[in-house]
Amino acid sequence: MASFAHDDASVAVIIGSGAGGGTLANELTQKGVKVVLLEAGKRQSSATFVNDEWPSFSQLAWLDKRTTSGTWRVAKDFPNLPAWTCKTVGGTTTHWAGASLRIQDHEFKARTHYGDIAGASLMDWPIGLADLEPYYAKAEAKMGVTRTNDNAGLPGNNNFKVMYNGAKKVGYKKCSTGHMAINSHYRDGRSGCLQLGFCFQGCKSGAKWSTLYTEIPRAEATGKLDLRPESQVVTIETKGGKVTGVVYVDASGQQQRQKARLVAVAANSIETARLLLNSASNEFPDGLANSSGQVGRNYMRHLTASVYATFEQPVHMYRGTTMAGIVQDEVRLDPSRGFVGGYEMETISLGLPFMAAFLNPGAWGSEFTSFIDAYSNTAGMWIVGEDMPQQTNRVTLNHDVKDANGQPVPNVHYDDHPNDLAMREHAYKAGKAIYDAVGAKKVAFVPPYPSTHNLGTCRMSEDPKLGVVDKHGRAHDIPNLFISDGSQFTTGAGENPTLTIVTLAIRQSDYIADAMSKQLV
Amino acid sequence: MADLPLAEPTLTRSTLLRGTGALIGTIAAGSILATLAPSRVWALELTSLSQPDGETILSFAQVLYPHATLPTAVYAFVVRDLDKAAAKDPDLAAKVHAGCGSLDAAANGSFAKASPAAQLAAAKSIEGAPFFATVRGTCITALYDNPLAYAHFGYEGASWPRGGYLHHGFNDLTWLPNPPADASPTLGSL
Ligand SMILES: Cc1cc2nc3c(=O)[nH]c(=O)nc-3n(C[C@H](O)[C@H](O)[C@H](O)COP(=O)(O)OP(=O)(O)OC[C@H]3O[C@@H](n4cnc5c(N)ncnc54)[C@H](O)[C@@H]3O)c2cc1C
Ligand code: SF4
Repeated sequence: MASFAHDDASVAVIIGSGAGGGTLANELTQKGVKVVLLEAGKRQSSATFVNDEWPSFSQLAWLDKRTTSGTWRVAKDFPNLPAWTCKTVGGTTTHWAGASLRIQDHEFKARTHYGDIAGASLMDWPIGLADLEPYYAKAEAKMGVTRTNDNAGLPGNNNFKVMYNGAKKVGYKKCSTGHMAINSHYRDGRSGCLQLGFCFQGCKSGAKWSTLYTEIPRAEATGKLDLRPESQVVTIETKGGKVTGVVYVDASGQQQRQKARLVAVAANSIETARLLLNSASNEFPDGLANSSGQVGRNYMRHLTASVYATFEQPVHMYRGTTMAGIVQDEVRLDPSRGFVGGYEMETISLGLPFMAAFLNPGAWGSEFTSFIDAYSNTAGMWIVGEDMPQQTNRVTLNHDVKDANGQPVPNVHYDDHPNDLAMREHAYKAGKAIYDAVGAKKVAFVPPYPSTHNLGTCRMSEDPKLGVVDKHGRAHDIPNLFISDGSQFTTGAGENPTLTIVTLAIRQSDYIADAMSKQLV
Repeated sequence: MADLPLAEPTLTRSTLLRGTGALIGTIAAGSILATLAPSRVWALELTSLSQPDGETILSFAQVLYPHATLPTAVYAFVVRDLDKAAAKDPDLAAKVHAGCGSLDAAANGSFAKASPAAQLAAAKSIEGAPFFATVRGTCITALYDNPLAYAHFGYEGASWPRGGYLHHGFNDLTWLPNPPADASPTLGSL
């Protein structure tokens, strides 16, 4: 591993080591670029991960204070935890479940296909599926996505058996164990899935792809990566219209300044927008890259909801991969259902501690406990659907509340759009129908968890007046500032986002290396 | 199971007097938990809550999260956690004491000794109070995140020590047909 000087202005600084930042760091160092990777969290490993929900959450989750507003239920249930993301080397790829789906062509052209939806700030992406296909292929190869390349699908667990049988009875056609970035067999130096059932707690067998033990060690092996854990960036500095470096707080609480030739921000949408806003200066009084006024706006989180059902006989849903299977029939373009966009149904399971916390936050009494009593006979699914971007769904700085470094915390405002509500209603019914078809006794409609998919706060646009970054994730306003995470998403699409985040990072690395060689950055 | 309030009933009068009270009970002989606990008799020594308040909280937890066959020993975890927190936080201690008083008042006497219907009505009457939210939140972590609850509700917890569920029933469900191999491939070599 390399060590570069704080005043070395020839390095690329990447902020955040998750799906976007960890991938970009590897790709750039493989091309010979010197990278300083600043990560707010500590470094863990498969050996230090724990099969225990709350202790794992304390170990890996982003727990810095945030505030919420808006009519979404998360603001009531989890007022200071709007999002479920991680603060650790590898970012949220330590917690993620691994579902890896390509965005469909029509979803990249949401405005064209969905039309003008009142209250929604829909726009077409400046790129389409054809632009991304070669990079999707590289991402799937890198991550070992099942049912791509030579990777077999995973064997389904009990939770999947219930979903599959119900889905077939209802008449759904597209149900399988899906596309997962989880090794179904030994591959790339990592073992096959042992069906531990703790995918959300960091995979102890290393079967699940995480930048922590794939991209980052590979980048370190090039001798071009200086990874600095426990280094939380507070501002990005500029001079003469260009980024010059960053200020961060290190493990001992000291402020450090790192010079940079370029800066790529991959801090997961909420923190990415917060950083740009918090870097306001005389030169950029509204925050960096914000001449459009779009930084922090169009915050998307996917529809999300869950359906759990209890049965006469045992299921033991917690055994095996958390996202063990998927129904894809509803992620289609079909406004006749009463909404635009589509949704996926994916199995999910929670251990007893999380089930109690998330089943119906705030609830008590015998209706609630009847579900807990049936815990081992319960099957569950999660709904991921496209939510509408809205100008007013937004990350702003809350100057009344400060974090441990004295910086204003981000406030996350979200209101469900009528389209979101109609889709959630439809999805609840569809999920219930699947479970009813195989004899469900009771069905619970579970409200959204804190957001695991955080998107859109620095949206990609053709026109600099309408968005923050161009089709390569480069800020319209600042030529050596890049956004490298899900903030770039112009719209959310119905698929889990990480494969696309990784794909965009690989594509961006080509662009950055080329621009560097031509002295454009 | 170091943090269980379960212990041999060795508390003597003098040790009891050092605390502020104690809750004592027995796990039914037939319960699967009887095999997990070091002894069927359990005792929880209180360090900050009074004896009557401890008993009120114990009953309140049972009203909030009623499980017909969950041993009282598990509900005692709620009292343990609040007792520990109150020992460190005088404001919380005062809130808990006042809250127990409001439950007694709502039950026209002793909440712990009131009828189930009266207890439920009393609980509902204070639903918006911060005390209610504190106890309810404590219940969620205290009741459902411990080895006795895992055993009672049928959650097997950490699987890494056993090498995962791969050879321990991840796909042992037999009351529905197995999906075909194209949807759910059988496992090749790892
Ligand atoms: C429980 C769970 C399950 C999920 N399952 C799936 C799934 O099946 N499929 C899917 O596609 N997606 C899934 N996701 C979402 C997925 O994890 C994210 O989409 C992805 O990790 C986002 O990548 P990122 O690079 O934007 O951010 P992250 O991976 O969150 O990385 C951001 C990193 O930046 C660091 N950081 C933030 N601010 C600063 C700062 N100021 N200075 C320095 N470092 C900073 C953070 O500590 C973090 O490590 C899941 C998420 C969760 C929580
Ligand atoms: S189920 Fe598979 S992917 Fe998930 S934690 Fe276990 S080994 Fe890892």
